[in-house]
Formats: sequence, structure tokens, C-alpha cells
Amino acid sequence: MTAIRVQINGAPVADDVPPRLSLADFLRERRNLTGTHLGCEHGVCGACMVLLDGAPARSCLMLAVACDEREITTIEGFAGDPIIGALRRGFHQHHALQCGYCTPAMLITARDLILRQRAGSEREIREGLAGNICRCTGYTNIVTAIAEAAKEIGKEAPNA
Amino acid sequence: MAAWLVGKSRMKAPAVDYVRPRSLAEAVGLLAQHRGEARVIAGGQSLVAMMNLRVAAPGLLIDISRLPELHSVSEDTDAVSIGACVTHAAIEDGQVADPSRGLMPKAAAGLAYRAIRTRGTIGGSLALSDPAAEWPAVLTALDAEVMVCGLGGRRSIKCAEFATGVFETVLAADEIIERVRIPKLSADGRWGYLKLCRKVGEFASALAVAVADHTRGRSRVVLGAANGAPLVLDQTSQLLSNGGRDPRNAVAADLDRAAADRHFDEFQRDLHGVAARRAVQQVLQ
Repeated sequence: MTAIRVQINGAPVADDVPPRLSLADFLRERRNLTGTHLGCEHGVCGACMVLLDGAPARSCLMLAVACDEREITTIEGFAGDPIIGALRRGFHQHHALQCGYCTPAMLITARDLILRQRAGSEREIREGLAGNICRCTGYTNIVTAIAEAAKEIGKEAPNA
Repeated sequence: MAAWLVGKSRMKAPAVDYVRPRSLAEAVGLLAQHRGEARVIAGGQSLVAMMNLRVAAPGLLIDISRLPELHSVSEDTDAVSIGACVTHAAIEDGQVADPSRGLMPKAAAGLAYRAIRTRGTIGGSLALSDPAAEWPAVLTALDAEVMVCGLGGRRSIKCAEFATGVFETVLAADEIIERVRIPKLSADGRWGYLKLCRKVGEFASALAVAVADHTRGRSRVVLGAANGAPLVLDQTSQLLSNGGRDPRNAVAADLDRAAADRHFDEFQRDLHGVAARRAVQQVLQ
């Protein structure tokens, strides 16, 4: 067991973890943050996306022990975030999910695309989503929802 | 499925010890002490996946990802040195000096997915030397040197001689990659880059890098994803050096020479040929 201290969604957390424990399992099993989903557990499906020090990361490919002193944001930690708010409205309006398994990670990925100004065209959005697999929707409605959210955010903050 | 795994978690890493040394010297010492049993982890974007799949089961992980000396980037008149733990995303975003006039950021941007690029490192990619990975081919084309640190001290290895086969390198059991030194392209240096894959971010089916720097008298065309170490196309490189305009015969001759050794089937050979010719044409345009 190794002691770690992390910030999760703004709150300090201390725990003892076995080094083999992935960040995803740490969040789900120890912290009960089950919005982080596990699909493939080898970095292909993208369902386990979180932010690590503000940057998107696969929590199945991170060991919890290596996140010591880092700041983690899960899908549960975006209350009040204007971009996630716009994305949630877009996903709702355009029916951009069916089973919802990929959705938390889709939102986090889409937020990162908008923040880095990589959601300016359908092609850009589709390329940006290459690392997130959805088995229900065929992606079309997800792309539409993200494009609309990007437009909405762009209007609010033209220089963002 | 192995009997002992039935009913247990099947996609979880095996038990392992973990240590985060405070200096590169300490890391090298630990690696030597636990020879054969320890593995160095930086971004872990391949290693943790391999552990989850139980393809790798190291007894000890030596986490070098926070060593400040491995994050440093320095520049002199001839070259840029990039620390082993600099991430693909940092290169993609232009956060570090670019010796390659855009080639390295271009390659980085197409490497896996953003959430992998924010963690994965240039040194980790070289150390693993997956044949289909971007950096071994790109850095060979740029004639980079890999600077490594071991118990016996430091040494530098030409990137073209670093990988020896599929996941095989000349790195000794006690050595850790410290940085990569990449010569700067001159102002009239040109490059071409083509990665063929069926889905954005996948490993390459074919990968060609062409660099022509006439001021420095250095031109090189390299194939990645070539069933082994990066494959330098000698005749095609020569053609670029000599200012040739039509790469078709040279590429065909280079592929003929390599075909038996690399076990290309007809389709792979065609893909490599297309990639090499298009990368060269980008240089010539």
C-alpha cells in the first residue's frame, strides 16, 4: 500500500492504494464516482476519460499511485462549467446518446476540443472524437450537438 | 483464459511495487539493482495497457515522470535537446522549441488520441520502439541522437542505430533515455510526412518520412511500420540528395531489397510504396 493525496473535483482526498490500482478503479471503487466508465481497459475506447491537472487523460492507463499530488476532475466535477452546460443542452436537444455509456467521456473530450478551438468544423470534431467509441448513435447526433455547443460558446466569448 | 484468472478481474494489472526516485542517478541505480524485474514508467500509455492485458508483469515500477532533468529542453545553434519525459502534446502544441520546421508537431498531432498525447512521452516511445510508432521513424529521418544514462555513465546513440527490431533496442538493462538531441533543419530544409491508417489516431499501417536538407547535405527517407526497426530507404534518400524528381524506381528498388528481410506481403509493399512516394513528392513540391 502506498499513501497518496489527491484533489478530486476540488476536494482533498488521502488514501492508501496498492500500486496496481488504476485511477479509474480508484475513482469508481474507492470514491464511488461511477460516472467514469470502463470499457476496454487498454486505452482504446475512451470511456474512462477524466481531467488530470486540467488535461484529458485515460484513467484506465493511469495508476492511482502515480497521481499523487495531482488534481483530478471527473464528470461529477463540472457543475457550473459553462462549456459542459452548453454540451449537456446540445446532447439533450439532439438526442446525442442512447445507452449513455460513452457520454461522460464524450462531454469531457468535447469540452477539451472547444477549449483548444478544435471544434470548428464537422471534420475537426470527428477527428477529435476518434479516441472515443460510441456503439449506439453512429456519432452523427454527437457531432451536431458539439458543433452547436461550440457555436454557442463562441458567441458568448468570441475571443476565447 | 488461464484457470487462475477465471472469476477474477481479467483486465487488471498484476501486483507490482512502485517507487518514485528523486534523481536520474537514483533511478538508474534502482534499475540496475532490480535488473530484469523492474521497468521504467513515464507516461505509462503503453506499459499500463500491457500490464492490464497481462502482457507485461514487472515486479517494480520506477516512475521517472517527475524528474525535472527529463523535462528540460535546451537549444544551441545546431540542435534542440528534448527531455525524455516531454509529452507528445507539448510537442504538438509548440510548447517546446521545434528543430524540424513543423515536422515534429505534425507527427505528434496524429499520434494516438489527445488523452494519450497528454501523458505519453517522446522517450517512452523510443524506449518501447513499437515498429508502428511515429517517433522512431521521424527521429531517424531527422538524424537525431538518443542520449542515455546508465551505471557506467552517459552515451549517445544515433537514432538510426537505436532500434534493432520489433520492440528491441540497444538500450542496456541499466540504461534510461535522458533526452533526444535533434539537429535543426536549415531554413531551406524541407520534409514530407505520410501516415496511412484506417482510423485517425490508430497505429500506422504505413508511415513514411522524407527530409531533405541540401544546405547541410543531409537527406533521408525512412519508413515506419515496417515490421522492424525504422527502414532507411538508401536509394530514395540518395535520389533526394541528388535533386532527383521521380522517386518511383528508387522506392521500388529499396522495397525490393528490404522485402524478404521484412516479410512484406504484396499489400503492405504497395502501402509502403505509396507512402514513400507521396512523402518524397511533398518534399519536391
